[in-house]
Amino acid sequence: MNGVHDMGGMQDMGPVREEKNEPVFHHQWEGRVFAMYIATGAWRKWNIDAARYMRELIPPAEYLRMSYYEKWYAGLVKLLEGRGLVAHGEIESGKPASESSKATPPLTAEQVPTARHRGASTSRDVPVAAHFKAGQPVRARVINPTGHTRLPRYARGKLGAIHLDHGVFVFPDTNALFQGEKPQHVYSVRFAARELWGDAAKPQDAVYIDLWEEYLEPA
Amino acid sequence: MQSTRRDFLTTAATAAGAAAAGELTASAQDHEHERGHSHQVVPSDMALRVKSLESLLVEKGLVDRAALDALVDTYENKVGPRNGAQVVARAWADPAYKQRLLADADKAIGELGFGGQQGEHMVVVENTPRVHNMVVCTLCSCYPWPVLGLPPVWYKSAPYRSRSVIDPRGVLREFGLELPDDVEVRVWDSTAELRYLVLPERPVGAEGLSETELAALVTRDSLIGVTKLRPQREEGQA
Repeated sequence: MNGVHDMGGMQDMGPVREEKNEPVFHHQWEGRVFAMYIATGAWRKWNIDAARYMRELIPPAEYLRMSYYEKWYAGLVKLLEGRGLVAHGEIESGKPASESSKATPPLTAEQVPTARHRGASTSRDVPVAAHFKAGQPVRARVINPTGHTRLPRYARGKLGAIHLDHGVFVFPDTNALFQGEKPQHVYSVRFAARELWGDAAKPQDAVYIDLWEEYLEPA
Repeated sequence: MQSTRRDFLTTAATAAGAAAAGELTASAQDHEHERGHSHQVVPSDMALRVKSLESLLVEKGLVDRAALDALVDTYENKVGPRNGAQVVARAWADPAYKQRLLADADKAIGELGFGGQQGEHMVVVENTPRVHNMVVCTLCSCYPWPVLGLPPVWYKSAPYRSRSVIDPRGVLREFGLELPDDVEVRVWDSTAELRYLVLPERPVGAEGLSETELAALVTRDSLIGVTKLRPQREEGQA
């Protein structure tokens, strides 16, 4: 979706403001939202692409207004409701529906270090052919999907070169919609800054973008 | 899951209303922490909404409150940029380690005991006098948690996400870094599940320091690639 989240290359957003001695969480509730997102993820009712997509569906003006963890809260509520862990009325009332039975949390405090260390790789050990190789010129496809995609707008239609092949990974566009993992190669693609932004850019500067096989065509 | 913008708005509005109508105490403790968030306004009822959601999830047995505490504690106190600093110090001190780090970052970072969630597939890019690397996630907030912890607000902000790809030199200037015209700037946009760590140049004057002393010189921002490390020219001069 050509949403406001796809920010690369936008202008007039103001200066980058660094906060000195910034805390990890600015409010106690931010840490709780973060932790609830990780802990409910252990139910494996969604995947990282679906979680990102929920945040992308926040309407543009809201997306820009909201703080980071407000967006996480909004996305988490959508995931919980959409995947049936929590009913809409329960969010409204803050109380479990009378007919609901009590579950057993899949992540305990003792399991936190192991689960964190294990992570959740989206690389897949399946034989999938690589259609491009290092050094090969490629063009990012011109596509405008209305769902989730990780091909940023600023790269579409642009000429680049394969820097390297990262191997096979789950495809976000389908995975976000629970339409299958469709594993395929992900490549690091080098785009000259001038190809992306014109002659005002320095000739030697470049942007490297990690792109799935399906986002690319031979050039 | 079919999610439309309309039903999103409805949910957000009702959830907010429900929480606001509920308990109205307990938000005061949050106010003392209020700072940052520059131009964004956080509704004062967020603390209530989140508290309400947590009670609901605990009551339904969907989360264990102690696990939430452990997660917060992990990222507030245990995982952070000191991990990345150790990796860099080892690379400066041990040329063979540096080669392994650049060739197979996951394995080399794993040697120091780091790895896992949001750092499952690491790439380390090396700064030199000729090449300067910086890392961004234009689409969201991807960041190598095991070696840097959770990202600072500026990294997730619209200004950084929008401008680092089109005007990296301008962004670096705001961090106080003016790069010579002939240096090559490489911006790494974390669009997939690879996570990037910059290996900064060892500061001038840091020769002969121990690995622990070297690690103490490394800043978070240098590991994202928005700053260089300051020269350590004289004894005792930080």
